[in-house]
Amino acid sequence: MHAIVCIKQVPDTTDVKVNPETGTLIREGVPSIVNPFDTYAIEEALRLREKFGGKVTVISMGPPQAKEALKEAIAMGADEAILLSDRAFAGSDTWATAYTLANAIRKIGDFDIILCGKQAIDGDTGQVGPGIARQLDIEQLTYVFKIQEIDFQAKRIRVERLLEEGREVVETRLPALLTVVKDINQPRYPTIMGIRRATRTEIPVWTAADLPDAKPELLGLKGSPTQVVRVFNPPPRSGQIVMIEGESPQEQAAKLADLLLKEKVI
Amino acid sequence: MDFALSEEHLMVQKMVREFAEREIAPTVKENDRKHTFDRSILPKMAAQGILGICIPVRYGGAGMDYISLGLTCEELERVDTSARVIMSVHVGLNSLGLLQWGTEEQKQKYLVPQAMGQKIATYGLTEPAAGSDVLGIQSTARREGDHWILNGEKMWISLADVADHFLIFAWTDMEKKRARDHTGMSAFIVERGWPGLETGTIHGKLGVRAGNTGFISMTDVPVPAENMLGLEGEGFRIAMSCLDNGRYTVAAGATGLIRACLEASVKYANERQTFGVPIGQHQLVQQMIANMVLKYEAARLLYLRAGWLKNQGIRNTRETGLAKWFATQSSFESADDAVEIHGAYGYSDEYDVERYLRNSKGAVIYEGSKEIQQLMQAQYALGYRSDKPLRCELPAYDPEEWQREA
Repeated sequence: MHAIVCIKQVPDTTDVKVNPETGTLIREGVPSIVNPFDTYAIEEALRLREKFGGKVTVISMGPPQAKEALKEAIAMGADEAILLSDRAFAGSDTWATAYTLANAIRKIGDFDIILCGKQAIDGDTGQVGPGIARQLDIEQLTYVFKIQEIDFQAKRIRVERLLEEGREVVETRLPALLTVVKDINQPRYPTIMGIRRATRTEIPVWTAADLPDAKPELLGLKGSPTQVVRVFNPPPRSGQIVMIEGESPQEQAAKLADLLLKEKVI
Repeated sequence: MDFALSEEHLMVQKMVREFAEREIAPTVKENDRKHTFDRSILPKMAAQGILGICIPVRYGGAGMDYISLGLTCEELERVDTSARVIMSVHVGLNSLGLLQWGTEEQKQKYLVPQAMGQKIATYGLTEPAAGSDVLGIQSTARREGDHWILNGEKMWISLADVADHFLIFAWTDMEKKRARDHTGMSAFIVERGWPGLETGTIHGKLGVRAGNTGFISMTDVPVPAENMLGLEGEGFRIAMSCLDNGRYTVAAGATGLIRACLEASVKYANERQTFGVPIGQHQLVQQMIANMVLKYEAARLLYLRAGWLKNQGIRNTRETGLAKWFATQSSFESADDAVEIHGAYGYSDEYDVERYLRNSKGAVIYEGSKEIQQLMQAQYALGYRSDKPLRCELPAYDPEEWQREA
């Protein structure tokens, strides 16, 4: 079994501030973390390896410092890590990012499953995972809550997806790309033995030159069809507070339920 | 001169911080209220490699350096003193003593399972009538064939009711016991379950209520001769060298407690309003915050220097004692200020600072009270005291040697 996990290094949002003029995140001086949703993807890959044997490879595209995120994945137990880092990749939107990662995955070669977090907490688009699947022309299973069954011999997988209106069970063939939600597992901490291995692991850095099949005009800013026209803060929500009076909590609850029904909220 | 922590140090620090916040913080208040030691934390710490952090890989450890041990203690005690106490007795006072003084057979038999966290260890020096007065202990061991027969009572022993292995100090020469000649004392590795050994828990402590503290009672406990640690008559020196490592963990832990006081106080001073402004605006509150910053940073430098000396293999009794004295006394003063800043709320267990104050006091007393530390520092300065080389020194940290598999 070979699982590839795509991860992103993101600013720790508990510390991040927004530039009031440009509306963009101030990333300078903010500590970086592994995108929390990606840690669930790493954990799921490690669990598959524990069950079926094989290998977990983690890849990331980003500046040289994104190695830290990859080292954390190795400290958790991943076998190998590759960083895609080149000035030519800078300014990539979700399309160019998916294109670049897909090219790297093709170069890695054989794999059975690709795992991603459902979205990154900085961009919040949720597009890169599905983009990679389309670029590689494999099945995509988004918002996976549980892998119900997986058979690497028969190349079948059945998962439960967490949707807004409920759960959906989907079965498809492998290889497939999964994006996972946080309910899928509880990620482990790195162990000290893992940390020792991580600090001694040299992480290979692939540049555009290492991806000869990737067309230069499709990389980075040049390869990004998305144009950000304007960034702005949405107007603050307005509304009024109504205190529900009543003799007892039961009576108050009943009044609240009536109001919600009237407003068609429930 | 280099003050930077390595990439490895930073990753260990981050891991232990997250571990403590996720695995210990949610239950600490409850365990403290109920006077409960939560044993389930031990296998979790073992799985992370924390219980053998600075023990060489070939002895079952994680192969990190002594600085990593200090950073771990700081992060653990920032969340809970009782978690750091585990490190002090299991790693500092016992496992490092075995690493320093043990024979290869003793290391294989006892250090390996301890470093892997399969067995928990503690240290028994203090007795009901002898703490600072180490030569006043009454425990004895008499030779009978290929065994030593232990008798006596140990008191105020952390993890007494939890540990599987005990490092026990007792007089083996009764003449020297009477003469108070420390070369009549020896050290023994004792296992739970041996006939005549009983343990119990002490209740009614001011602090560290989520920790286990107790007594060890020994009545004719037969200890195989090969379980003597070091040579006959070396017990006092072994006890003191173990304290060099235990005190280091206490110093690092107390530094974490100061940081906990500082973080809680800064948060509260920014939230709580009096006289129309956040209380952080008041100069007397600022003074207390500034003192905590000073104490935190100074304590940290002192313990990290001691850790660096250990890594270099340089004797550090004076430097470790200084770190222990300063950090523990500062943690007590910082916790006192933290309660003051929190006002009446700080006096209730709705906030954590009252627990910090109760927990800080123990470490001012144990592993060399602040009075003993002051006497020692004065004696070094006055030229009354110097450290002679030991037959077995704590080995300097060598990453390759530590991480060799066999």
